[in-house]
Amino acid sequence: MQQLTEIRWHARAGQGAVTAAKLVAETALELDQYIQAMPEYGPERMGAPIQAFTRLSEDPIEIHCNIEDPNVVVILDETLIAIVDVTRGLVDGGAIIVNTCSPPAVVRRALGLGEGVRVACVDASGIANEALKRDMPNTPMIGALVKVTGVFELEAVIAHLTKTFGKKFSQEVVDANIAAVTRAYEEVQVA
Amino acid sequence: MATQKTLAATGNVLVAEAMRQCAPDVMAAYPITPQTTIVEEFAKFVAQGRVHTEYVTVESEHSAMSACVGASAAGARVMTATSSQGLALMWEELHIASGMRLPIVMANANRALSAPINIHCDHSDVMGARDTGWIILFAETAQEAYDNTIMSVRIAEHPDVLLPVMTTLDGFITTHSIDRAQVMDDETVAAFVGDYHPDLALLDDTKPPVSHGNFAGLGGPYFEFKKAQRNAIDRSAAVIKSVGEEWSAICERPFGVIEGWGMEDAELAIVAIGSTAGNARHVARELRAQGVRVGVLKVRVFRPFPFAEIADALGGCKAVAVLDRSESFGAEGGPLFLEVRSALYDRAERPAIVDYIYGLGGADVKLELMRRVFSDLSDIADGAEVPGRLVYLGAR
Amino acid sequence: MSWDISKIDQWKAEDFPRGAAIPDAGNSRDYVTGGWRSERPERDDDKCTQCLLCWIFCPDSAINVADEKVTTFNYDHCKGCGVCATECPFDAITMVPEGCELKGEK
Repeated sequence: MQQLTEIRWHARAGQGAVTAAKLVAETALELDQYIQAMPEYGPERMGAPIQAFTRLSEDPIEIHCNIEDPNVVVILDETLIAIVDVTRGLVDGGAIIVNTCSPPAVVRRALGLGEGVRVACVDASGIANEALKRDMPNTPMIGALVKVTGVFELEAVIAHLTKTFGKKFSQEVVDANIAAVTRAYEEVQVA
Repeated sequence: MATQKTLAATGNVLVAEAMRQCAPDVMAAYPITPQTTIVEEFAKFVAQGRVHTEYVTVESEHSAMSACVGASAAGARVMTATSSQGLALMWEELHIASGMRLPIVMANANRALSAPINIHCDHSDVMGARDTGWIILFAETAQEAYDNTIMSVRIAEHPDVLLPVMTTLDGFITTHSIDRAQVMDDETVAAFVGDYHPDLALLDDTKPPVSHGNFAGLGGPYFEFKKAQRNAIDRSAAVIKSVGEEWSAICERPFGVIEGWGMEDAELAIVAIGSTAGNARHVARELRAQGVRVGVLKVRVFRPFPFAEIADALGGCKAVAVLDRSESFGAEGGPLFLEVRSALYDRAERPAIVDYIYGLGGADVKLELMRRVFSDLSDIADGAEVPGRLVYLGAR
Repeated sequence: MSWDISKIDQWKAEDFPRGAAIPDAGNSRDYVTGGWRSERPERDDDKCTQCLLCWIFCPDSAINVADEKVTTFNYDHCKGCGVCATECPFDAITMVPEGCELKGEK
């Protein structure tokens, strides 16, 4: 209960936020943490704004509801900022991570955030377009999340991606995803 | 030697895994959100040859339960899964399954009923089936959904019982949320559930021929058959307990028919079923840390209803809130409230009791709502009036 | 037959086979339906050629046959439907009203 980390993901359906929420949870599980990952339950509508949630804790998690007061907000599509209240409930001392070319200061101003919240920016779409040859920002955003929050080491993500993606995809795809995660980890700017 | 592996999986995946491990002879099912991935996963197991089940794809839930009834009467171990409108469409066969005393195990992904159209969680579907003669279990977590599925087979097939069991989990909240859970090894589950040896199987050529689905009208013993059915579900209470203890000894997780937290000295208590029990407990921990004597009572078995256990657990409270995730329109309260209040009737000392209807159609069960309920209870314990006959918690 | 239903009227709820199953075959023999009859068939042995058509047609298996010959009717199970009388090609079977016959016997 004390160490509960609550991550809220904002994205458009099809950008892989649910997969990202799940990957983070699965990685934490391998480190023997308690986890929860779920989409905001609803019909699938490609392009519609969606939310997904990840909870991580050292102790068993008993709550079953949406995340109202997240420690971390991850935004996979910056156009959502204009139409969704992405900072709703974000706790003081929390962090918001945005897929954008803009620097943190600009995003902070756009969201009207105070100094209590850390703002992190990474061009996850640019990284994805180069590494994965398509705009699939979900795995790079995990790299940024790990760097900003320190919920676990980058190596844990790489190990988990190697294991799970290795079952479904070619080595080329696995390597491209690992490269994207690593680049985002290195390039994310925090302020 | 029992070995468990820890994994991250949705409730539906875990239920399908439990079903595979219990190795039904027949599954007849029709997909419906949010149950679909149970039967989808199971179909995958069949296609992979990981379970040798006759998988019957039918044209509706009405047919699914009809096929289950036929297969079970034939002597097969039978399972299925459904939800919401699908369960409603099965209604007449639910009575036939229990009346014929067929130990079918069915998972239900608890979901609202139309209208208006809604695919999200509440308990309207399962509560609509509460009087069909099925044993009904509620899971709080994906883990419990897995465990309940395995125990259901033993309960249903127990010679003192021989009744169908509905093992339920909350739609989306539990069915689609990825949770940490432990899965037992196949051999241990197989040994625990054992083989099914029906004594009145239509297709058992080694015994005298049996006929099922007979007539008992016109002054015939229909009335006596219903009494026998009542006796069987009453007897199931002891079986559910002993099967729970046995499985608990293997997997080292507790399975009370009710599960109390802080109830030893609680003055204020919430009674809940399904995933909401966890939300209430989370808030109760916060309040306990502040020194408030609160408790949470989770009801895992709804049929047969554990009247005595609940009355004992709540007897010492000053104020009790019952959380109902379904309506019984025109009644004094929701289905759980009616049972809980009835359980307390024979007690000399009775707490004040309030019914909260909450979370219909998947309305999010925010922790704030749980805090509000405990706050109301605190006021009532201090002498405030009990608010109305029921409260629509969080509704505008 | 192993299933004894001779005291079925005194059975309590738990005495009945579970789920209204009938755990053995052939017990319709114990269920006497002859009382449903208002007319009964009678056979004229002189007209009867022992073609056995009545035995084939009887829906209640109520024609008793021994050594490939019709002997009597099983009045415990004959419901008096008259199929035998209708089908008999030699008019050897006639339907006699039960009530009249009883009066005549007096």
